[in-house]
Amino acid sequence: MQYLPNILFVAALVAGIGFFVRNVKKLARNIKLGKKVDVTDNTSIRWKNMFKIALGQTKMVVRPIPGLLHVIVYLGFIIINIEVLEIIIDGILGTHRIFSPLGAVYDFLIASFEILALLVIIAVIVFWIRRNIIRLGRFIKPEMTGWPKTDANWILYIELILMVLFLTMNGADYQLQQMNVAHYTKAGAFPISQFFTPFFEGMSMPSLILIERSAWWLHILGILFFLNYLYYSKHLHILLAFPNTYFGKLDPKGKLNNLESVTQEVRLMMDPEADPYANTSGVEDGQEVPKFGASDVMDLTRVQLLNAYTCTECGRCTNECPANQTGKKLSPRKIMMDTRDRLEEVGKNLDANKGTFKNDEKQLLDDYITREELWACTSCNACVEACPVSIDPLSIIMDMRQYLVMEQSEAPSELNNMMGNIENNGAPWPFSQLDRLNWAKEN
Amino acid sequence: MESELKVPTMAELSAAGQQPEILFWVGCAGSFDDRAKRITKAFVKILNRAQVSFAVLGTEESCTGDPAKRTGNEFLFQMQAVSNIEVLNAYEVKKVVTTCPHCFNTLKNEYPDLGGKYEVMHHTQFLEELIKEGKITLEGGKFKGKRITYHDPCYLGRANNVYKAPRDLIEKLDAELVEMKNCKKKGLCCGAGGAQMFKEPEKGDKDVNIERTEQALETKPDIIAAACPFCNTMMTDGVKNKEKEATIAVLDIAELIANAKDL
Ligand code: HEM
Ligand code: SF4
Ligand code: SF4
Repeated sequence: MQYLPNILFVAALVAGIGFFVRNVKKLARNIKLGKKVDVTDNTSIRWKNMFKIALGQTKMVVRPIPGLLHVIVYLGFIIINIEVLEIIIDGILGTHRIFSPLGAVYDFLIASFEILALLVIIAVIVFWIRRNIIRLGRFIKPEMTGWPKTDANWILYIELILMVLFLTMNGADYQLQQMNVAHYTKAGAFPISQFFTPFFEGMSMPSLILIERSAWWLHILGILFFLNYLYYSKHLHILLAFPNTYFGKLDPKGKLNNLESVTQEVRLMMDPEADPYANTSGVEDGQEVPKFGASDVMDLTRVQLLNAYTCTECGRCTNECPANQTGKKLSPRKIMMDTRDRLEEVGKNLDANKGTFKNDEKQLLDDYITREELWACTSCNACVEACPVSIDPLSIIMDMRQYLVMEQSEAPSELNNMMGNIENNGAPWPFSQLDRLNWAKEN
Repeated sequence: MESELKVPTMAELSAAGQQPEILFWVGCAGSFDDRAKRITKAFVKILNRAQVSFAVLGTEESCTGDPAKRTGNEFLFQMQAVSNIEVLNAYEVKKVVTTCPHCFNTLKNEYPDLGGKYEVMHHTQFLEELIKEGKITLEGGKFKGKRITYHDPCYLGRANNVYKAPRDLIEKLDAELVEMKNCKKKGLCCGAGGAQMFKEPEKGDKDVNIERTEQALETKPDIIAAACPFCNTMMTDGVKNKEKEATIAVLDIAELIANAKDL
């Protein structure tokens, strides 16, 4: 029975990581439902963007207060996770503080983890206050009710609990070290958890061991739980922010992509020598004619779907959106959240039907994103500029408009008039092209 | 002082065997909208004064296709683009200057994929270049002490990262440049982009141009400077809505400069 804890530990570890791998596979499968895009260009610029924007948090600190708080949580969490490595080794081998032979270095590490843990606790509490007491505008928009709201708070509670468990484990350990209990090697420095001493005062050794062991176990089980919570949460950003900033848009923001299939068609139409009976659709016979624009998640690109999974629901985009600021329904954050929700729905459909999609009479357009939202966009790029993780909500809006106009001929009537004018007289207003130079003669 | 505008067309120059240095792309607003035509003329006056060798396409120019593309009609956009590119390439145009940020963005970023590769400049960038080269000089006398706030057009600013040229020009006028609470990268849209210019806005509490005008008025400006004919219209409407048109002018940077030089 001596090895029971080790066996339980390995079992928990395998289960936790196993579930996580399953979720990652599902995530990859769902993203691959999107259209392939070539993102093999400019690798050095892409790496630089990832280093700057994700690792370096450059766009987070545009808003100094949440930026700084986030840097603390982010660094704290990453660095404290070095400790998880030790915990895992200890758990498997049944050792205790296996890195302690590092001596002074070890003391320094543990001490800095403790200080960071305290800072993380403070930051998480401030985050919670901003959401629940101050109720900052961007956290209480209509799309932030229900699960998104619960999720945001749960993340903060879980992080808080993990940090408290970490400090409790150290605090009890420190007491046991003072009592010279076998197995509890004297190692580490405990600048924060030493202050827990009064709390442990007068406790028996077995109770202290119970507290230390419980905190240790709950901490590692909590981390494994959190790892598997990510897939269901906006907290997925802690992983996806990295690939997402790598694959982020490199062209000037004003540039919208060129649709190559249309180009071929236009060239043939404009070419007087073209064979009128030729296949002008740009596709081989027998192949499906490509659909213009997007009405569902499968019509979007893989980068756009990755964007949806990466979204932190921070609302910086919506906060800057001129349409949203003036009371229109459009919220770029909601565009991203809807895309993710629909993609999840499609994913579940695939799970339930052995990997083939069974038509559910639903789509992203209308069932999630309404036309009213799409037509309110001024294409101003404020949302794209504001996003700290290089998400491009505008591209989804434009692709959906393209579907409405090119597949459904359903633009608002004023826009149809405008396009009719362009078609007939080369200007969005009903003026003759022959009058284009009249201004030069007027005074 | 109103001298006759000299506006050569590419067709005329080409018939005479000449090639201008730049093509001035006037744009639909600049050609047809009464307010925007004044901007066009102000810019031409400066070009004439600086003796810049330029031409326009005149009746051979057609909409770049920007509003069609932003509406979602890729087909109409490309039809426009491909026929414009045919004209531009036939005249062997190398350098294009335009007073409209939407034309600027489309010509610069979206035409290359369709075979239209030119050096494209916005008129504020070009004017700055003229000053640097000493082709025009600016003494700010007229605007000294005036408070000017500058509205960043989305398609010049965020879309193409041009924030400095228009501001440098305003400062060269000796005016006091006052920034709105949302400026540069965080500039608030005027509400016209993405083909909104051509339709009624969706239901909401306010129009975007009113929100933006309120931000501009907070700076207590004498002049609201714009660098886009559509922004100009939206801000002019906003100022009228606030009944401030008697005291606050909405002017394009080209108009400010033409004004400063008594052109
Ligand atoms: C291990 C790494 C990370 C951890 C532990 C972490 C943790 C958190 C937490 C707890 C929040 C919620 C804040 C709140 O409730 O308001 C948050 C939000 C956010 N995180 Fe992270 N994060 C990590 C990595 C990243 C990275 C790499 C980025 C990329 C820049 C990023 C971008 C964001 C953004 C944009 C928000 C929304 C914050 C706001 O402005 O309100 N995070 N993160
Ligand atoms: S591009 Fe559209 S969605 Fe994004 S901020 Fe501007 S108006 Fe809002
Ligand atoms: S799209 Fe970007 S800015 Fe908008 S909520 Fe998501 S992470 Fe935040």
